[in-house]
Amino acid sequence: MLSTILSWITRAILFGVVIMFGAMGETLTEKSGNMNLGTPGIMCIGGAFGFGCTYLYEMNTDNPNAFLSIAIALVCSFVVSALAGVLFCLLTTTLRANQNVTGLAMTIFGSGLAKFFGMFIIPSGVVTVKAVFANKLFTKRIPVELGSGKVATVIEEVFFGHGFMLYVAIVIAVAMSVFLKRTRAGLNLRAVGENPATADAAGINVNKYKYLATSVGAGIAGLGGAYYILDYNYGGWSTGAAGGIQALGWLAVALVIFAIWRPLNLIWGSFLFGLCYWLYNYIGVFGVRMTSAQSALLEAIPYLVTILVLIISSIHKKRENQPPAALGLAYFREER
Amino acid sequence: MEQTKPVAIELRNVSKTFGSIKANKNVNLSVYRGEILSLLGENGSGKTTLMNMLSGIYYPDTGEIYIDGKAVSIRSPKDAFDHGIGMIHQHFKLVELFSAVENVALAMDAKEKYNLKAVAAKMQEICERYGFDLDVNQKVYDMTVSQKQTLEIVKVLYRGAEFLILDEPTAVLTPQEAEKLFQVIRNMRADGKSVIIITHKLHEVLSISDRVAILRKGEYIGTVETKDATELSLTEMMVGQKVELNIDRPMPVNPEPRMVIRGLTCKNAEGVTVLDNVSFTVNSGEILGIAGISGCGQKELLEAIAGLQSVEPGGSILYYTPENKKTTELVGKSPRKIRDLGVALSFVPEDRLGMGLVGTMGMTENMMLRYYNEGSSIFTDKKKPRNLALRIKDELEVVTPGVDTPVRALSGGNVQKVLVGREIAASPTVLMTAYAVRGLDINTSYTIYRLLNEQKQAGVAVIYVGEDLDVLLEISDRILVLCAGKMNGIVDARTTTKSEVGLLMTNLNKEAQQHE
Repeated sequence: MLSTILSWITRAILFGVVIMFGAMGETLTEKSGNMNLGTPGIMCIGGAFGFGCTYLYEMNTDNPNAFLSIAIALVCSFVVSALAGVLFCLLTTTLRANQNVTGLAMTIFGSGLAKFFGMFIIPSGVVTVKAVFANKLFTKRIPVELGSGKVATVIEEVFFGHGFMLYVAIVIAVAMSVFLKRTRAGLNLRAVGENPATADAAGINVNKYKYLATSVGAGIAGLGGAYYILDYNYGGWSTGAAGGIQALGWLAVALVIFAIWRPLNLIWGSFLFGLCYWLYNYIGVFGVRMTSAQSALLEAIPYLVTILVLIISSIHKKRENQPPAALGLAYFREER
Repeated sequence: MEQTKPVAIELRNVSKTFGSIKANKNVNLSVYRGEILSLLGENGSGKTTLMNMLSGIYYPDTGEIYIDGKAVSIRSPKDAFDHGIGMIHQHFKLVELFSAVENVALAMDAKEKYNLKAVAAKMQEICERYGFDLDVNQKVYDMTVSQKQTLEIVKVLYRGAEFLILDEPTAVLTPQEAEKLFQVIRNMRADGKSVIIITHKLHEVLSISDRVAILRKGEYIGTVETKDATELSLTEMMVGQKVELNIDRPMPVNPEPRMVIRGLTCKNAEGVTVLDNVSFTVNSGEILGIAGISGCGQKELLEAIAGLQSVEPGGSILYYTPENKKTTELVGKSPRKIRDLGVALSFVPEDRLGMGLVGTMGMTENMMLRYYNEGSSIFTDKKKPRNLALRIKDELEVVTPGVDTPVRALSGGNVQKVLVGREIAASPTVLMTAYAVRGLDINTSYTIYRLLNEQKQAGVAVIYVGEDLDVLLEISDRILVLCAGKMNGIVDARTTTKSEVGLLMTNLNKEAQQHE
């Protein structure tokens, strides 16, 4: 019983880290007023390139270096995803294309690109390739021993039984919260997302902030994709992997709304989503037997919760809980 | 005493042109240190454009700007700030979600350390020095208009502005709030700052300013000491001599009441009374001009008649059917209901491509909009509207590649011809037009005047809301003057003078209400 629940929590946390990265990237992007619905696609790109580069590295090196293996995965994933963010910003901010349409196209493009790129890695006749070395590094537990008691085991499993990326994600979320609340650049970024005309009049370079927030946001989202492959998916890449990332990507977008655009809420929100998502697999613990159709319904809980949050925050009308006022709107200086 | 004060800002021969419109022609203007200067002029006289050149929004086509005797080039709002010029626009530039102090920090110099507490302390100091009443931690969305304005001024002072330009600051304030603002402005003057107030309210000009500079149709008319000025002398400088336009004005034939409006009061979305107890009669076969500073209730008046604006209880709009004098109450009815009752209203709104026409549709489809509920087939009948579109195109000489070209692609004058043509084609008994010739060239303007006169002679009751007094005086039979939402008098356009209407527009006058 206890071990089942612990395994449920572990699974939920792993799941949560994937969507936390995606949602953090999307939150940063949306704070600048850009609604990047291409995030699921960008996560696919991040996953494909992060996995691909580190896989090629470990396959072509006799004694792969642990630090290099991690660095290659993260840097490649971040840079290529950030470039996708720049592309999105170029289309929507500079060329003023509709953000929703561009974002959806980016998602289709991103998962297509990931599959295409992935094809070259997978040798013919093989379904899945595994980056064994990198997977080991990503899943390596933080070395904390708390003894053998029941309480100690629970604490150890829940708080320390995970790879380093969980802690990276939490640090990024906290840092992002501090950045948005306490720094001048954060204030400026929020002003851009709330009222670009005012920001412009105050001398803030609106386009610079949009580009930076969107590309860095896309990069962070891309890390979620890399994490999905190298940890959550046991280091395995298959042509179907992109579909899996994309599905979680949409949950990441939903999580941004659930967290009412606050990075700190993403931390617990993502784990809650993970628990809900994996509930179907562990519901047997509570003595409930379900058909596959019923458990498929259970998987929809995160989406239902998101809709509920959206409805409740709309009814409440508390201004702090609303999306950035200029979200989704193109800005150009009024000219007479 | 002004002679002893040094000249701070000087504009020499400044001109600015937008397309074919000369917004400012060779304007010369001096501002002294430690004075309050009023910039007075009608709508469209170029006051705001002139000040926007000081605040870096526009760059002058020709002419120079001197600050403390040195020629300067102001290319952006940032340049303006560097020279100590701060402008408070009519539309506030504030982030609603931020607190007052965050909004000020936003505009802060990047070299300054980011410390909200220090910003708040400095703001507090500014507030105490000049007597502002401001809670620095209040969120902007919780603020009243007056508080937002205060915040804007504090923001500008925080950045170290020496010269403040206020664009119609009292337009959105209650009299008490305005008095409070004036006290603060006087404190700023005492502190050696120069304040320029753009306004067209004469009593304010007289009560607060040291000198008044007057602009008329983009030209600089002159500057007078406030103590030597009277409302009449300022009005005469502001509206100028009457210009003969030679617009036809046939005598009304058998005018009879078409609409009797009684006690009409309207509130805007914020709950502010924008039209206050207005009563008048609209006659068939005549053109009733409506004059007033913009935003004095003209829009609400027309929209109330059209059934688009809700009317406070007690107001009444009675429509008299031409044939049998049967009366119909229009208040509380939707435009569709009004039309179904057989009331033939036509409305040429101010916002041509927003309320009047759909910009992305062609002439034909725009014609169809007015007859959307006719016929019973699920398929549209394009033949009739197409013929109508072709007829309007020929008769009014609309310049367009074809009746299916999106009307957005047409010039302003042609767009207006399409709209007026469509409204007239509906054979109305009441035709309302709002700023029908705004932005149009001379020829098109005269075409519109001709069309309106044709309607008048056909017995239509025409309501003409205008901003150019010369036109109003020549085309109207009677002129209703609105001032701050109240009816300030109805005058006979054939015998009145420009300064009489000008005074009525700017000066709410109790006696004037019994003028007729």
